[in-house]
Amino acid sequence: MLKSKASRWLAGPYLVWMALFIVVPLFIVIWYAMTTADGQFTLDNLTQIGRYSSVFARSLILAAVSTVICLVLAFPVGYFLSRLRANKQHIMLMLVMLPMWMNFLLRTYAWMTLLEKNGLINRFFGLFGLGPFNMINTSGAVVLGMVYNYLPFMILPIYTAMTKIDDSIIEAAQDLGCNVWQILWRVLVPLTGPGIATGITQVFVPSVSTFIISRMLGGGSNLLIGDLIELQFLGNSYNLNLGSAMSLVLMVIVLLCMSFTSSFDESEMEGVM
Amino acid sequence: MKHCVRKSAALLAVLALALTGAPGVLAEGEQIQVSEDISVSADYDWTRFADDGITLNVYNWGLYISDGSDDSVNVLSAFEDLTGIKVNYTTFDSNESLYAKLKSGGATYDVIVPSDYMVGKMAAEGMLAPLDFANIPNFAGVGEEYLGWDFDPDNTYSVPYTWGTTGLIYNTTLVDEAPTSWAALWDVQYANNVLMFNNSRDAYAIAAKKLGYSLNPASVEEVDIIMEELKAQKSVVQAYVMDEIFDKMEGGEAAMAPYYAGDALTMIDENPDLAFVHPSEGVNFFVDSMCVPANSKNKEAAELFINYMCEPSVGLANCDYIGYSTPITAVWEQLDDDLKYSEIAYPGEEVMAKAEVFSTLPDEVNAAMDAQWSEMKSYEEGGSGWMVVVMLLLAIAVSFFNIWRKLRKKARDNY
Amino acid sequence: MNKKQSVLLQRTYIILIFCFMYLPIAVMIAFSFNESKSRANFTGFTLDWYKSLFHNEMILSALGLSLILALVSSVLATVLGTLATIGIHSMSRRTQLIVNNISYVPVVNPEIITGVSLMLLFVMAQNFGLGGDSGLFGWPTLLVAHITFNVPYVIFNVGPKLRQLDPSLYNAALDLGCTPRQAFFKVILPQLSPAILSAFLICLTYSIDDFMISYFNSGTMQTLPIAIYSMTRKKVSPEINALSAVMFCVILAIILVSNAADSRAYRKNQNAIRKAMQEEGAR
Repeated sequence: MLKSKASRWLAGPYLVWMALFIVVPLFIVIWYAMTTADGQFTLDNLTQIGRYSSVFARSLILAAVSTVICLVLAFPVGYFLSRLRANKQHIMLMLVMLPMWMNFLLRTYAWMTLLEKNGLINRFFGLFGLGPFNMINTSGAVVLGMVYNYLPFMILPIYTAMTKIDDSIIEAAQDLGCNVWQILWRVLVPLTGPGIATGITQVFVPSVSTFIISRMLGGGSNLLIGDLIELQFLGNSYNLNLGSAMSLVLMVIVLLCMSFTSSFDESEMEGVM
Repeated sequence: MKHCVRKSAALLAVLALALTGAPGVLAEGEQIQVSEDISVSADYDWTRFADDGITLNVYNWGLYISDGSDDSVNVLSAFEDLTGIKVNYTTFDSNESLYAKLKSGGATYDVIVPSDYMVGKMAAEGMLAPLDFANIPNFAGVGEEYLGWDFDPDNTYSVPYTWGTTGLIYNTTLVDEAPTSWAALWDVQYANNVLMFNNSRDAYAIAAKKLGYSLNPASVEEVDIIMEELKAQKSVVQAYVMDEIFDKMEGGEAAMAPYYAGDALTMIDENPDLAFVHPSEGVNFFVDSMCVPANSKNKEAAELFINYMCEPSVGLANCDYIGYSTPITAVWEQLDDDLKYSEIAYPGEEVMAKAEVFSTLPDEVNAAMDAQWSEMKSYEEGGSGWMVVVMLLLAIAVSFFNIWRKLRKKARDNY
Repeated sequence: MNKKQSVLLQRTYIILIFCFMYLPIAVMIAFSFNESKSRANFTGFTLDWYKSLFHNEMILSALGLSLILALVSSVLATVLGTLATIGIHSMSRRTQLIVNNISYVPVVNPEIITGVSLMLLFVMAQNFGLGGDSGLFGWPTLLVAHITFNVPYVIFNVGPKLRQLDPSLYNAALDLGCTPRQAFFKVILPQLSPAILSAFLICLTYSIDDFMISYFNSGTMQTLPIAIYSMTRKKVSPEINALSAVMFCVILAIILVSNAADSRAYRKNQNAIRKAMQEEGAR
């Protein structure tokens, strides 16, 4: 049909755009990572990163913890929603997406006010003579912020995968003598694999690279990779080369994560939106 | 490079006024009334850019101008009314981030307000344009003791905007006894109850003063020693903050924090439980100056803006709102008595004698400080060791799981 | 566990999750009416914060910039992306794979990396003298950055739809005497238009919401998220609560309206089908 040679040219402007603004910038990052400020070749930037291994470790762990929590919280939601009547599903889905459309800085700020020492949560506990609890400026607060911000990104793909599972499959499993756990592990999880994989990437990648959440809820002492990179580019330790090296390492981490999740299902691409 | 303020600034200000024949009085001759509170000297061509459709990009510290919030005077809109020049006013939160934004070329500004040492650094790197003082007649109103510092000995690049000192803000209801020393910020008694500067130079200065060093390191080794001290403080610190401190201290979120004296006044206004002290080891005396970056394309309009900011009525509105100390004699004259003789804003000789000014550091010391700062921030007490192990285990577990999956899939495909 | 219990359990769980998701927003909205500046004590009702919000020039101009930027970048990204999708569709399988994989980079790459890599590119271009004295950063960089992260969403939204199209449709149009151009505009494009529209809307939301990438490429300009960020870095005025409330209401209104429109279209569609079937049956 449209597969004429001429229509290929329609992609021309985009290909140029892609080369200029997607491919070239990545090479510039690599180039900066491998040079000094004067443009001399060096590997110092990359080796220096070893000094920040604790930040990388912390980012990975916090992001992994948030991803697991999101998965555990979102899986039942996805299942329950998919079993509702169609019109109800639609409303519920809108409710899941609504907070996503609010600016995430505002959402994170909301938690800041809740978690403070004199914040609402502590006041609430104070009514029962509990607390005050030390919640803000801890890594727990950072995890909470990540879970809160990225939970819908986990719910949506899992829900999409769940809607494709017919009730009859679950009933068949029940009839064949599966208990609840067996249904979960042998039926639901394998069938929603691609959705879970998408969800994991969509939660893990922004979590591991954020600097807003850690800054607002972590009090600047729970530094993450994102903070470190921002610090080199627009922050206190102006060093574009080191910042590029850090970005490069972050990119490799994300690629590794992607290769892991994509092994669940090679053709999985559509659920991203 | 030690440069101490030996005389009481307040005293000097009075002296300077007497000697120079009071520029404030001179301006009283002819005035243009711009708004209810703002009037400017009529002896200046304010409207020469009115028809040029200029937008001035002004980059200033957060909460550092009287911008109309909280029923203050809006000096920026008055400027726009007066001159017909539009102001695009944005803010930064530390000298270092200002430098990063300018140095990377990430933005071009027309007026910036770096502190002393940053003026020196930027001037040395050719990032500032020499000012044409013919366009800034109000420069004459600046008190002499705020001029001629090491960072800009001939005042070619900078016009002082405000000055001040650092000190310790504490919440009287949350401390047992009023702190008098920087060492209180290391006191485990206040663990998780202390806020700290979130920029390298100011944080460094506190640790250095605590240990009895100069706040201008002479060598990389000195930086190492002080940064170790900051690492040791980490377990006590609740959060590293800049202007977030306002909400946190006013809301009683922390017992004490180091910050700038002018902001302390604002905070005490909001929350009377707060108090301020100049620690006995000595403090940092700073002068924040208005400069024009070398690549500004509206240099003359920028100078016009600087001149406007030095107008006594504008300076008064600013000082009233932001609480920082003014270098302009005529402004100080007109301040309310409680601010005018405030020990916080205009400390006496005892404090000033021990105050030290930041100097521009040699490149290698500066680089060491920047690098050490990010390292200090990422440092975790005893944490990094086990974290790396955990990460390794995690990676191994993940790859095993992956292989297992693939094998299983293969096995299933074989059916 | 009997059925009733499990339904109850499901309901409670979903309600709890929604509480978690909406509680912070509800608190912010409630405190936007708070008379004092306190973030924990409700002292009295006032609308002052809304009033001062709508007089806050910084917020308003940032909002204006965000809206215009989102509109312009989304339109350009949609056009560029739709053309690209058609072009990519007619390429060989291998090239398609390569182009699609590269297009995926801005989608899966952490935003901060897209942001800094573009910043480095612009810095370099600026060092080569592009942009003249005033520098490159500002409108041009923001626009390029937004288009760059938006185009892939267009491609991945319109692409699947294009693949689903019946190939004979286009050929039929040609057979019936259409020129390729006519066949495209009269037959293919109307078929794609729902996908293109939804891609456009996705671009619009991503663009309005983007902070990370704009943060590194905004120059002296402030988009709404950047203005919000600089608000949270200072002494925070309750205006920010009012802003959240306003944004929430606007989003809610948009969703309700689009939902209503959707369900009306759906009903209309169903009616048409029923009618057609009845007619068919009558015949």
